Amino acid sequence: MTKMHRVALVGNPNSGKTTLFNALTGASQHVGNWPGVTVEKKEGKIRQSHGTMLVDLPGIYSLSPYTQEERIARDYLISQRPDAVINIIDVSNLERNLYLTTQILEMGIPVVIAANMMDLVEKRGDRFDAAKLSKIFACPVVEISALQEKNIDQLVKVLERQILKPNKSVFSLPLPPEVDHWLSKIEEDIKQGCFQALGEAPYRTLPLRWLSIKAFEQDSLLEDVVDLTKEDMNLLQEVEDLLDDDGQSIISSARYDFLADIFKQIYVKKEPDKISITDKIDKIVTHRFLALPIFIAVMFVVYFISISTIGTLMTDFVNDVVVAEWAQEGSRKLLESIGTSSWLVSLVSDGIIAGVGAVIGFLPQMATLFILLALLEQCGYMARIAFVLDRVFRKFGLSGKSFIPMLIGTGCSVPGIMASRTIEHESDRRMTAISCSFMPCSAKLPIIAFVAGAIFKGAWWFAPLTYFMGIFSVILSGIILKKTKRFSGDPAPFIMELPEYRLPSIKGVVQSVGERLASFIKKAGTIILLSSMAIWFLQTYGWTGQGIAEVEINQSFLAKIGNTLAWLFIPLGFGDWQSTVATFTGLLAKENVMTTFAIIFGVQGDILDLIDESAWSTLSAVTGHYTVITGFSFLAFNLLCAPCFAAIGAMHRELGSASWTLFGVFYQTLYAYSFSLIFYQLASFVSSGVFTLWTGVAIVVLLVWLFLIFRPDPDKKLSGIRSQAALES
Amino acid sequence: MTLLDMKPGEQAIVKKIRGRGPLKRRFMDMGIVEGTKLHFIKVAPLGDPLQISVKSYELSIRKEDAANIEVEM
Repeated sequence: MTKMHRVALVGNPNSGKTTLFNALTGASQHVGNWPGVTVEKKEGKIRQSHGTMLVDLPGIYSLSPYTQEERIARDYLISQRPDAVINIIDVSNLERNLYLTTQILEMGIPVVIAANMMDLVEKRGDRFDAAKLSKIFACPVVEISALQEKNIDQLVKVLERQILKPNKSVFSLPLPPEVDHWLSKIEEDIKQGCFQALGEAPYRTLPLRWLSIKAFEQDSLLEDVVDLTKEDMNLLQEVEDLLDDDGQSIISSARYDFLADIFKQIYVKKEPDKISITDKIDKIVTHRFLALPIFIAVMFVVYFISISTIGTLMTDFVNDVVVAEWAQEGSRKLLESIGTSSWLVSLVSDGIIAGVGAVIGFLPQMATLFILLALLEQCGYMARIAFVLDRVFRKFGLSGKSFIPMLIGTGCSVPGIMASRTIEHESDRRMTAISCSFMPCSAKLPIIAFVAGAIFKGAWWFAPLTYFMGIFSVILSGIILKKTKRFSGDPAPFIMELPEYRLPSIKGVVQSVGERLASFIKKAGTIILLSSMAIWFLQTYGWTGQGIAEVEINQSFLAKIGNTLAWLFIPLGFGDWQSTVATFTGLLAKENVMTTFAIIFGVQGDILDLIDESAWSTLSAVTGHYTVITGFSFLAFNLLCAPCFAAIGAMHRELGSASWTLFGVFYQTLYAYSFSLIFYQLASFVSSGVFTLWTGVAIVVLLVWLFLIFRPDPDKKLSGIRSQAALES
Repeated sequence: MTLLDMKPGEQAIVKKIRGRGPLKRRFMDMGIVEGTKLHFIKVAPLGDPLQISVKSYELSIRKEDAANIEVEM
């Protein structure tokens, strides 16, 4: 068996890269994250070839050191040095796509250019000269259509040839003579061994021209490696002064000048600049008055299908019928019929199967939502959402696309959090994943309905209030977290491509949805299963004197833990073991808060049905436990604190690391605790007029949060660059 | 004049991009370089960002960033 070859797939966003990746790898894909970040990493074996592994690098426009995606791609190309690169280019958008190509070619890695969207070019009647491009760049060019899977076999054949007999000639960008002179001098220095680090891996294998260009651009990722002498710096300064621009810009301009020249040679437009279908659609979709109504209508359809109807119906079916009736009841009957002891029956059907059910129960709803989101993304509408809503959302450190996760979050946080994937900037994505569960999900509705109906005597404004509380918390958290170091993010500005509207590929959509679900099961599933089983064990078992045995919940380990930890909630007004235990079981699923109350307070009948029927009198034992103030404080804490384990699992999947997940859960719980503390203490003070030590504490906590909200943004990186730009002008 | 002084529907040639560093590099990576023809298409419904077209594709740029693009009609 020969060794496995590694090939990287590189290209612009919206160039058809994902479609090509799917066409090349089929079902043999592995989806994960690049280490420590939320950028998705996909790998798979090329099915038309033996022993070739394809890595999908993030969609990028350039190999600059400024955005995370670009850094990931570049680090991979440098330190992992794949055997070859497939560079997919969108032929209908040639210059910008080839801009990246020139940068990859400079790295000296064998490249095959996959010229995509040939169907579109042919339809327009334009002409593209692939042979000429191949000659200019001295690298093979294969014309393909990723969507129609045309010429894919040919691409793989050329790729295999390129791996076995790589093309040695390295592309060299034509540059102004002054620049060329400077670069040659540095290259001479490198050959003489002036920069020790460059003689070692991973830089040793890189062409001199690439290194010298990076030195000329004063690239931040090479700062530590290339230590230019004072003389070199002075010469660089002279060249910059002469050409009246900085190093980076001189190189970028040279690239585009070169490409403009090539473009004329290899591409002939049939009809110059006629109004495209995209422009026509945009006239309506991002119209001044129609944009928002259209957006609301689209959101309504998404919500209606995934939450109100199909998605929830299927999820309910899986939960109530497949898991509860068939699997749980079935296994119980089966085990009982063969005389298994009762604790084992309970372990299998209430512990393990319920835990597994908690994971798979989300899948149908997630699948429905992901299909819709993938359709919106692929057809090009998602970018328009960001365009239309950017102005509102960026104030809170969110993206216009954050609206979708929040909206879906009102149905269920799990798919909501998973929907944050479509957001372009990492810090926005993380912010969305962490604040999504502040929105009251449908499992929190029984708690809201109970507090509204039984404690607030059915006040009409109560339920809307809880939604406002959720929105308010999202906004506040955005303002606060945006200013923290964790969320300062890349200094790259928000410049987004508005891709052409296209018909999505159904096959691609289905495939990508399948991968997402598999990765949810793997990443989130473990957390959900283990923690569900732990809570199940703690609430079912207790110490009876003779040993561990199945007991009522008020004798259980969980009740013991509740008793031990209840003091934590005294400042919030509900420091009793019942509320504490209910809060803990809420981590399994939020509606468990109420079912736990039913057991603890001996409520007759199904408590969720009783709440549905507004049978408040039968719940008087629970109601009597709370006042208006403690009831609201309890509710607020449970709505805002760490979400259920399934949502925590989804957060883990999206945030990409344990430390981020812990940070998220810690922040949510801290926020909820402060919120309830401030509310309870101030409300008690107003109603009783007694100022206690805790009233003082609450005021201090309130002042700290106000400070966090109103302090100036300490991260001046971006604004500093901007004001500098303004000064120079 | 800068991009902000243009009206929707107007075309101009990029003269200079102010400043240096990430913002400028990003503009240039996206094809907004000296001499590029730029078409200001529209303002987003809420007044920001802007939609422009360069080299036969379309971009969304925030006003605060667009102020750094000097143009010539």
